[in-house]
Amino acid sequence: MNYKLGTWAVAGLMAASPVMADLVFPSLSYRTGPYAAGGIPFADGYADYFTLLNERDGGIGGVMTRVLECETGYNTEKGVECYESTKGEGALVYQPLSTGITYQLIPKATADDIPIHSMGYGRTSAANGDVFSHVFNYPANYWNGASAAINHILDENGGDISGKKIALVYHNSAYGKEPIRTLEKLSEKHGFELSLLAVDHPGQEQKSQWLQIRREKPDNVIMYGWGVMNQVAVQEAANIRFPMENFIGIWWSGAEIDVQPAGDKANGYKALALTAVGDDFPLYDELRQYVVDTGKAAGAGDQLGTVPYNRGIYAAMLAAEAVKVAQKMHGTDDITSGQMRDGMENLVITEELMTELGLPNFGPTFSVSCQNHGGEGLVAVTQWDAAAGEFVTISDFAPTDMDVIQPLIDEDSAAYKAENNIESNCN
Amino acid sequence: MFYREAGDFSTTYPQDSQTFPIKFDRWRYYVVLFIAVVVIPFMINDYWVNSIFMPFLIYAIAAIGLNILVGYCGQVSLGTGGFMAVGAYACYKLMTGFPEVSMFIHVLLAGGITAMVGVLFGLPSLRIKGFYLAVATLAAQFFLVWLFNKVSWFYNYSASGQINAPERDTFGILITGPNTEAWATYMFCLIFTIFSAVVARNLTRGSVGRQWMAIRDMDIAAEIIGVNPLKAKLTAFAVSSFFVGISGALFFAVYLGAVEVGEAFGITKSFLVLFMIIIGGLGSIFGSFAGAAFLVLLPVALKVIGVDWLGWPTDIVAHLNLVIVGGLIVVFLIAEPHGLAQLWRVAKEKLRLWPFPH
Repeated sequence: MNYKLGTWAVAGLMAASPVMADLVFPSLSYRTGPYAAGGIPFADGYADYFTLLNERDGGIGGVMTRVLECETGYNTEKGVECYESTKGEGALVYQPLSTGITYQLIPKATADDIPIHSMGYGRTSAANGDVFSHVFNYPANYWNGASAAINHILDENGGDISGKKIALVYHNSAYGKEPIRTLEKLSEKHGFELSLLAVDHPGQEQKSQWLQIRREKPDNVIMYGWGVMNQVAVQEAANIRFPMENFIGIWWSGAEIDVQPAGDKANGYKALALTAVGDDFPLYDELRQYVVDTGKAAGAGDQLGTVPYNRGIYAAMLAAEAVKVAQKMHGTDDITSGQMRDGMENLVITEELMTELGLPNFGPTFSVSCQNHGGEGLVAVTQWDAAAGEFVTISDFAPTDMDVIQPLIDEDSAAYKAENNIESNCN
Repeated sequence: MFYREAGDFSTTYPQDSQTFPIKFDRWRYYVVLFIAVVVIPFMINDYWVNSIFMPFLIYAIAAIGLNILVGYCGQVSLGTGGFMAVGAYACYKLMTGFPEVSMFIHVLLAGGITAMVGVLFGLPSLRIKGFYLAVATLAAQFFLVWLFNKVSWFYNYSASGQINAPERDTFGILITGPNTEAWATYMFCLIFTIFSAVVARNLTRGSVGRQWMAIRDMDIAAEIIGVNPLKAKLTAFAVSSFFVGISGALFFAVYLGAVEVGEAFGITKSFLVLFMIIIGGLGSIFGSFAGAAFLVLLPVALKVIGVDWLGWPTDIVAHLNLVIVGGLIVVFLIAEPHGLAQLWRVAKEKLRLWPFPH
């Protein structure tokens, strides 16, 4: 009990830190643990984009940005601690990069009037902005991903996959379980046979799952994996000589580092994508000039152009654009988190805007509205070229089967609404 | 000076056998209680309650529970995470099934359900001992986590397999959900912590506790002097699981609000609570508090010092945390196997002799 006294001293010192007018973007990152392989480049990209804005433009609309990094280790308890310790600093938007932490923050952040942007993760039914007023998951969500994977398989089979066997290898958590319901609906619609193979955290042990795949010989394997699970899965698939071109991962299972350990055997592995690949964009020249060459890059500064890094850049870009919308809407430069939410709700990303920012064709175009917090759900497909050591986009951003997804979103969000007595956000 | 028996006379048996026989110690205890109950609730904010006090109080309950089993009864258990999960899921089912009932009752019932499950998994302890029992409880850990992942009835068939605590109150004060006040959740957990500590302390001082300790010290000898091992071991499992279940229910409903069984109640949780009682002190209620405080505060303190003050990269600090906790466990096992509680005991002995130690 005597330890409590000591903690008060810490409190006093923490309260004494100065408060300046700036735009605070907390980055709940994870640079340690089994998911660090994806967490590090994303956090680097997120931080570097804001560094670039500060160095090149002097912030957004003349107000400097500040990225508050807090290590969660993909752990929900540490996520709570990070949320509580950063929200008092004037945090504008949270991007926890973890479905578990997102689930936890949804009610809390809504009560605190701080928006959450769970880009391509989190609770899928949060796309219904009428129920989830403070949660955004544009440009695409897990169910768009499941549908995009099936669409790709449909394309390859001339539009008929009835009687095919498709296996889902998934991380046994909220994240991995999200697509199951969608895939079940799609299997009814298209007549394929779905088998489910769960992989427990952290995902290093997958021998039995791949043995089962070897025995059942599914035509296609879809993977919802993250962190070390991806590398192990690609290696195991290579070991049982599963044809890589029939193996398709969600966007969280499609980074260079996931396929590199398997070497040439990983050639042909496919993954969905939220952003374009590579670093052949005008913005990257500026990133090198203002951030990398001046030694201000986050982390080791060696992740430029990797898939998760690009996604971090994209997430930061969307946040910065939402700030601009909010600044214009409310006529103030130093916006609050509530105004940030309004900005996010009125965000429109067009091709012209991305070109202007130095990121032509970098991501899908979409617009957010009060009802639709999920955008249009356009997803691209990439394929690994082991010889060149890079992912290649093989199908451009294409729409997914919203006829199946929208009723599921409505059903799940309506259940949440009833369970928690939530009032409509849009009128 | 202070901490003396001198002048502190007991005239009745209850006085003689009270928990804190020395006046100074007794007053210190009252002051700590006073600060915890009357002062802190008025000063607390969201950060303090969610980052420090709530995890400390909840882990302290779990540590008390495990300490009864491991420290007092000598039955090594690695199933704490699984039993916490039972408490959490029981609380969830009760909360969603009977929304109008007070949270107090839900949490207590969750503890009771966990006690029953604990007894069930305690049955093998009658036949197997030591490492083999640890492995049997490890099986409980994995089985329970698997069960809560597999059977969708436990999470009300939600698509993600997560359980989310809906808004519930007690006496009209919100205890769970996002709109709670910091003091309310703090007081709610504090009441359970004080209740657990007082009950555990008095159980371990009474005949039940003596039976547990007899079994721990030498089970055959205990049997010969008339201790019923069946009763002693199963009561230890029941009481221990009761507290662990309460902590699991609070952990889910009040602290986190949303839980995924594999991540929140995995094997790492079992080890964390075990480390708490090893560092704090086996067979000591104070040790449970000290260990919980230590392992909850250490990462937060390191983060504040390393990241906020010194500006180190977050990953370095996170790695340093692992290094320090690991190192401390080794140091404690070698230098002070009885943990922080023993340091406290030695300090008290020294104080009694100070300033004239022989």
